[in-house]
Amino acid sequence: MKTLRTLGLGLILAVSGLFISLLFMGQYTLSSATFENFITQNNITTSVFIKDLEQSVVDKEFSTPFYLANTIAEAVESANTYHKANKEWAQVIWTKPHSLAYQMVKSSGTGIVVQNKRRLWFLSFGLGILGALLFMLPALNLKGPPGIKNNHIFHSSATNRGWIAWLVFTFLILFYLVLYFRPSYMVNWIYLVDPISESLSGNPASQWFLYGFLYCVIMTVMAVRMYIKYRHNKYQTLRTTSVLFFQIVFAFLIPEILVRFEKPWYDFKNAFPLDYDFFFRWNLNELLESGGFGLFILVWGVALTLVIVPVMVYFFGKRWYCSWVCGCGGLAETLGDPYRQLSSKSLLSWKVERWLVHGVLVFALLMTGLTLYGYFAGTYEVLGIKVQTLQDIYGFLIGSIFAGVIGTGFYPIFGNRVWCRFGCPLAAYMGVIQRFKSRFRITTNGGQCISCGNCSTYCEQGIDVRAYAQKGENIVRASCVGCGVCSAVCPRGVLKLENGPEEGRIGSSNILLGNEMNLMDQLQDK
Amino acid sequence: MEHIAIIGNGISGITAARHIRKLSHKKITVISSETDYFFSRTALMYVYMGHMKFKHTQPYEDWFWEKNNITLKNGFVTQIDTSQKTLVFSDGEQLEFDKLIIATGSKPNKFGWPGQDLKGVVSLYHKQDLDAIETFAPNNSVCKHAVIVGGGLIGVELAEMFHSRHIPVTFLVREQSYWNAILPSGESQMITNEIRKNGINLRLESNLKHINADENGRVKSIVIAETGEEIDCDIVGLTAGVSPNIGFLESSGIETNRGVLVDRNLQTNIKDIYAIGDCAEQRNAVEGRRPIEAVWYTGRIMGETVAQTICKKETQYTPGHWFNSAKFFDIEYQTYGWVNSEQHLKPNEGHFHWMHPDHNKCLTIAFDKTTQKFLGINTFGIRMRHEIFNRWLDQNQSIDYVLEHLQIAHFDPEFYTTYYHDVLKKFNSEYNRNLKLKKKSWSQIFTLKS
Repeated sequence: MKTLRTLGLGLILAVSGLFISLLFMGQYTLSSATFENFITQNNITTSVFIKDLEQSVVDKEFSTPFYLANTIAEAVESANTYHKANKEWAQVIWTKPHSLAYQMVKSSGTGIVVQNKRRLWFLSFGLGILGALLFMLPALNLKGPPGIKNNHIFHSSATNRGWIAWLVFTFLILFYLVLYFRPSYMVNWIYLVDPISESLSGNPASQWFLYGFLYCVIMTVMAVRMYIKYRHNKYQTLRTTSVLFFQIVFAFLIPEILVRFEKPWYDFKNAFPLDYDFFFRWNLNELLESGGFGLFILVWGVALTLVIVPVMVYFFGKRWYCSWVCGCGGLAETLGDPYRQLSSKSLLSWKVERWLVHGVLVFALLMTGLTLYGYFAGTYEVLGIKVQTLQDIYGFLIGSIFAGVIGTGFYPIFGNRVWCRFGCPLAAYMGVIQRFKSRFRITTNGGQCISCGNCSTYCEQGIDVRAYAQKGENIVRASCVGCGVCSAVCPRGVLKLENGPEEGRIGSSNILLGNEMNLMDQLQDK
Repeated sequence: MEHIAIIGNGISGITAARHIRKLSHKKITVISSETDYFFSRTALMYVYMGHMKFKHTQPYEDWFWEKNNITLKNGFVTQIDTSQKTLVFSDGEQLEFDKLIIATGSKPNKFGWPGQDLKGVVSLYHKQDLDAIETFAPNNSVCKHAVIVGGGLIGVELAEMFHSRHIPVTFLVREQSYWNAILPSGESQMITNEIRKNGINLRLESNLKHINADENGRVKSIVIAETGEEIDCDIVGLTAGVSPNIGFLESSGIETNRGVLVDRNLQTNIKDIYAIGDCAEQRNAVEGRRPIEAVWYTGRIMGETVAQTICKKETQYTPGHWFNSAKFFDIEYQTYGWVNSEQHLKPNEGHFHWMHPDHNKCLTIAFDKTTQKFLGINTFGIRMRHEIFNRWLDQNQSIDYVLEHLQIAHFDPEFYTTYYHDVLKKFNSEYNRNLKLKKKSWSQIFTLKS
């Protein structure tokens, strides 16, 4: 068993090495035919840019994508600077330099990677999955009989902010920075999933397809870990199956298949305001141009946020979304599960959380309000603010940096729900409903709490569960995503997630169950 | 302003301090020589096992005490001058008080075994015990074998701890079956099996004779009294129960027996001096309870009670129906009311016992054989709702009623399989009855709350 585990670890390390060396493989030649084709298709009219690239790039061979991408991006910028100075607005390229560079780089790859997509896919993804499974499956035997086995979590460098955690942290941050801002650097990874993308949507893969695919693979593999770890706990196994299903079917397969049928790419479970660009002009236009189906998506999206979400939160708490459906939640509950104990439980963090998460919600609503006003009033500027600028700021700060780079990158250091706790506007919205109008609560079992602190330690949302449990108070908190782990790790059977009547949901008593001293006398004193 | 001094910052002392603060503006000083801040000693095992860090065992952040104007003092009280109302510390410092609460808890029992004070002999009660265990048993190359003496709840915890670091454990238990003075035999057998299933070498009917030292005065081996067998080991855990930690009260004039003797108001023989928690001994035990109860929640209840007495009016210590819980490796245990072992069966106490075919879940219901009154329940591997059983005990419900309504008391997480149909089936066939399980309803669970 231990040998299998070591073998698995060896494979994971070898595959990680392969993934990294892949970045540097292959040759890149932007042929003049491809280049001209690209220029025409994208209506690029700037001769400065065209001449620049014809001299420096076209028909030349590059051995990595980095230099090529940078050269193209720089050419865009210098051409734009020139045209803007001359107020030649029609010649300016409005596509972001590195998005444009990515598209060119993607179509200039030749050599080993492009020629061996399937073989390399197997060596990287295939063996990686195999290695991860070999590494995890022996836990069935090594970690003893079913039950909570959190042994050595705080002794391990990977799960207690040691060097492994910092290494993973650095890798994740770099991955997200490249994904969002320099996609051409990972073009070789994207080539590997071209065949899968083509079989689904008919199109070659984009960086977002790679990301979606990777997301599904990682969630599936880490779900296996969850199934092993919580094999005694039906709530956990069902929940894991649910998030996995919604990720693979709703976030990955359906949107890609929609594209195959020339419908708009849409994730039916992604509710506004998490889906912050739903009401952006380009999206509304695309939906309205897509006939009945587009209209259906529009109605569904609005109903999801305004009707389905609040009604479901009323009956089940926000867990129905955050821990059973959501993609961000899905990653947090699978890949992120080993890091849940790292969330801060301090009162200060709670204060920061409330300001931040509600701040993002207000920002999202304001941005959307102005966007919609602009849309219907037919203007690009509202109250002197360019709607586009506001959207760009939100997209950059919240959509990319907060949700991606920080949201996932911070897993190994600050826990797995940084985005959900501090940033997600949908979580904030549902949290308000959960706190004030819902049947959901975590019931505390009378006087049984021994204040051990397992619940608080393993709360990914940083809720000090023990503070409530030891007072015999139910836990009714806006941020609770209902993952159920506090209840799972409690050694004394104190906590139960349940939906019940609103009456007496919060209930608190000064004196805990088990103490029968007569307080009536004291009450009369007052 | 009246000054309340509290010796001991465990659950009793801290609960008293918190409730006195809630009820008054009195000056409060909490004294401890164990740790600077309150921590949950029930969680010490999880620190060693790596489930938590020590700071996670502290229920309140460090700023809490100053914010609530509770002074924490690190010091060891050696003497109490009851006439001058003054505490004397080991460094000679003195502290005056108006009212004193003694909440010094327990210390592990040592029964005069030769070698019981050697280096490498540990217990599991204080923070210092955790530190010692970490020193003597950091891993299985430094500590090749561990021996635990005494088969109570702490013994199992210690076994689980060593097991988590892959240290082989020999566990000496006096009884013929684990904890069978408390648990009915079926349950005791199940836990015995659970301990063995986890690879612990459980030696029943075995007592410690003596502990041998090596040339450095460290534990080398132990000898079993019954067989004379010598077992090499690097650490010995003594877990044969605890007794009140009151050595420093000698010659103080405060009356003691095994613990500090208190009346139902938790006051000692001296006015304005109270004792609560593990160290307190009731002059007349509360009905159905032992005069000394070293249980987490009774300490908490005494803290709540003494705060009322000090701030409002004389209030009696009135714990309600007995309840408790524990965990044996992977099997959780809860109990409500009284279920006695065969050895201590009350006259007329009958037991209905159900065991899951997998032998990892079971329950026992105690009832009065004449009146059919429900007396108590033990559950293993099934969580139950405290509030419901408390209510049923208050209402003197019959065993029939309890069985038919078990679904209401169910507290396992959602989607868990329930076994109450099987339980009733067994009861019906055993007692030739025809009870039917009632469906769960929210109103029955919640509305009778008041």
